[in-house]
Amino acid sequence: MSAPLPAALIDVRGLTKTFGVGDGAFQALKGIDLTINRGEFVAIIGPSGSGKSTLMNVLGCLDVATTGTYAYQGIAVESLTNDGRSLLRRFALGFIFQGFNLLARTSALDNVELPLLYRGLPRKERRTKALAALTSVGLPTKLGSTPGELSGGQQQRVAIARAIVTEPSTLFADEPTGNLDSVTTRDVMALLTRLNGDRGITVLVVTHNDEVAACARRTVLIRDGLIESDVRRA
Amino acid sequence: MIWNAFAIAVREIARNLTRAFLTVLGVFIGVAAIITMVTLGQGATLAVKAQISNLGSNLMLLRPGSGFGFRPASGGVPNFSEQDAELIGEQIAGVAAIAPVRSAALSTIYRDTARTTPVIGTTAVYFDINKWVLAEGRLFTAADLRSGGAVCVIGETVHRELFEGASPIGAKIRIGKASCEVIGLLKSKGSAGMGDQDDTIIVPLSTLQRRLVGKASSHDITQIVISGKEGMDGEAVIADITLLMRQRRNLQSNQDSNFSVFDTRQIAEALGSTTQLMTTLLAAVAGVSLLVGGIGIMNIMLVSVTERTREIGIRLAIGALGSEVLLQFLVEAVTLSCIGGVLGILLALGLCAGLAQLIHVPFNFNVQINVIAFLFSAAVGILFGYAPARRAARLNPIDALRHE
Repeated sequence: MSAPLPAALIDVRGLTKTFGVGDGAFQALKGIDLTINRGEFVAIIGPSGSGKSTLMNVLGCLDVATTGTYAYQGIAVESLTNDGRSLLRRFALGFIFQGFNLLARTSALDNVELPLLYRGLPRKERRTKALAALTSVGLPTKLGSTPGELSGGQQQRVAIARAIVTEPSTLFADEPTGNLDSVTTRDVMALLTRLNGDRGITVLVVTHNDEVAACARRTVLIRDGLIESDVRRA
Repeated sequence: MIWNAFAIAVREIARNLTRAFLTVLGVFIGVAAIITMVTLGQGATLAVKAQISNLGSNLMLLRPGSGFGFRPASGGVPNFSEQDAELIGEQIAGVAAIAPVRSAALSTIYRDTARTTPVIGTTAVYFDINKWVLAEGRLFTAADLRSGGAVCVIGETVHRELFEGASPIGAKIRIGKASCEVIGLLKSKGSAGMGDQDDTIIVPLSTLQRRLVGKASSHDITQIVISGKEGMDGEAVIADITLLMRQRRNLQSNQDSNFSVFDTRQIAEALGSTTQLMTTLLAAVAGVSLLVGGIGIMNIMLVSVTERTREIGIRLAIGALGSEVLLQFLVEAVTLSCIGGVLGILLALGLCAGLAQLIHVPFNFNVQINVIAFLFSAAVGILFGYAPARRAARLNPIDALRHE
């Protein structure tokens, strides 16, 4: 197929997400329309329980929407199987979590190599790329350390290295600085800004930290499962 | 993909050695316990069977008193006489050979070693009837029997304890009140289930009666050993002997017999059912060990479900397919279970070989029980390693990541 890539990287229409059934059902997303273009740096903000994390999980293919359509780079995500979404994550998406989610008792280098292992890269290439990723996040010396031996900021850097080692087109970050102090927060955000600027990686950050949101060039405010405002900075 | 899953699984095992060790341990104990117990139980059964066949076929025992048991005649119950034995030999059809036996437990002394040994006084035909085979020396002769010669043939246990392995032939040992020359050593029959048959000294009947024990009732015999002809009707022969002995003892029809006749088939049945019971008991104990091992495996697997569910969430989030994660967990469970199983079999082999020697039963390698024990433990390990992973791999990654 030689169809031109659609301008919109992410395009969702009428997205809803309901948890539970019957009387206990809770609608976290009530109809989201959102378009994100390649290379954007978007902050999704909102109060607790507004649905911002749910939106992020659906956009990151970690969760599935109840209704609505979601096109990622023209691919109809809602029609993909579990494996289809796995492959999309493997080849196009990277994740950073508030809780880091590194494999316990596993060295920083092995953690970063993990996504490459699933891509089937040979050992040498895995090692080279993982080293490069760890160097680019400023952690070229802690290769053999396990998560338990690293500080929060260092763990988050390892997690970022793991997310970018596959050169994803989009990086999803859910409260990436939620467990970090203010100095480390600034470091991590500077890193994300640089990845967005230098490598053209599209970055989506969910946060309730104004300082973090200020790094983004576009801010989407979610309240009660709906987009309340969508502001682009010049 | 399989190779990849294998590589990841091996890394995971190396990373979680405690968990791996505990899983292996569960399988290991279960497999080792059941194989050891069943193998030894079967060894004991075999040993008893071998001993019963050593007793001689168509063998019958006539004892004073009623009831089945290896105990001396109690007071008030008359013993037999040599004439009883002769009459049975003459009058009962189907009897091939007959040996009168007088037994006594006597102190036995050689140099500075003393012990109490069951001594049997009998005739030469006793050796044939009981299938004793000479290891060394000779048996006693008709002349020895007539003259009450001071000679004896000893069993392996007596040889071992008195002579500590040196050749006993020609040595003089003191038995009861007299000194006897050892002329023969018997081949070992083994001991399990029947008491130690090798703990015996056999002397000519006349020697025992005249030299070794006191004068009182010296011509009594305590037991008559009878071998039947090939193809004889054991029950008919026992009935005939019973009738003859009741006549000789002047028993009225309303009196119970004060003697009993057994044949080896009855003894075999009695012992067989005891051994069967023992084997069943051992198998039950082994089953419990297997169950405990299984629960151990289950526990360690279930305890790590939370951590492993999060791990699955992480793997799925970075793009692993559900099937890849499952394959990894399956390889892990199979690898650990198989290592445990193989180690368990090795330990069981060592234990069986050692214990079989210690308790004198033959070591009988049973392929079937090895396979069953291995498969059962491996199945438990695999089931409980794999089942939680199967559930987790079906979750949305975000639910697996949030698993508490």
